[in-house]
Amino acid sequence: MFEAIAFYLFAFLTIVMFYITVTTSQALYALTALAAGMIFISAFFFILGADFLGAVQIVVYSGAVMALYAFGMMFFDTTRDLKEKQGNKYVVVGLSTIAAVLVVLIFMAPIISENITALYPIGDGGNTQEIGMVLFTKYLVPFEVAAVMLLVAMISGIVLAGKKMDESLTLQSEEEINEKASK
Amino acid sequence: MMEIGLNHYLVLSTILFCIGLVGVMRRKNLLMLFFATEILLNSVNIAFAAISHFHGDLTGQMFAFFVIAIAASEVAVGLGLLIVWHKRHNNIDLDTMSTMKG
Repeated sequence: MFEAIAFYLFAFLTIVMFYITVTTSQALYALTALAAGMIFISAFFFILGADFLGAVQIVVYSGAVMALYAFGMMFFDTTRDLKEKQGNKYVVVGLSTIAAVLVVLIFMAPIISENITALYPIGDGGNTQEIGMVLFTKYLVPFEVAAVMLLVAMISGIVLAGKKMDESLTLQSEEEINEKASK
Repeated sequence: MMEIGLNHYLVLSTILFCIGLVGVMRRKNLLMLFFATEILLNSVNIAFAAISHFHGDLTGQMFAFFVIAIAASEVAVGLGLLIVWHKRHNNIDLDTMSTMKG
């Protein structure tokens, strides 16, 4: 009963927030609506018993990603209204619906056949403990690869948006860089 | 109706995915395009967590974690590139970057 109420409430809130995000012409409204939607999505994870995932969702999305976007928006002129593509609205909505339904069908087809068995069944320990056990035994290599990927992303972010804002390696020509290096 | 099953979550995930796709298709501003991609990734995460819960398998949650990691690095690299582009051309409209010459 309460699960149903929570599900419908958060489903409504999430859909409204994301609808605002994709339709508003103000970048700040879009950013705040997106952050609210992320928080509401973490509620689904808590309902589903994935406590650790919900906490990670709040920390990573509403914390790190939103802070990064807010930081990035300081560089852009967000006060002016955004221009939008003037396409046929019905074609866009229809194509999106068809594509989304197709994606869900493709991924659900093997699951609906009910032939699958749980590879790593959920035990009776806490959710965080179970995830730790699976993540650091069965998924250790993908975990390390993801760590290297995050490191690469961090380095590229530093190089691109760098500390010295007035002189950027990516904006200079080869000669300027060589000249600086020889000094 | 009152019993929430796997299908409810999958329908919700589909709706959110639709919203994200509409955003990707009709946005002209690249920052707004990034917001729409975040919506896409989040809707898939809901489906992963729901399947993980209703089939008693932790693999779905693992995939959701890696999706979150990919989303974080995508934002870092994408925003860096966006800042460089904005410094050069002083706008971030998609129509101005249709050619690939540096």
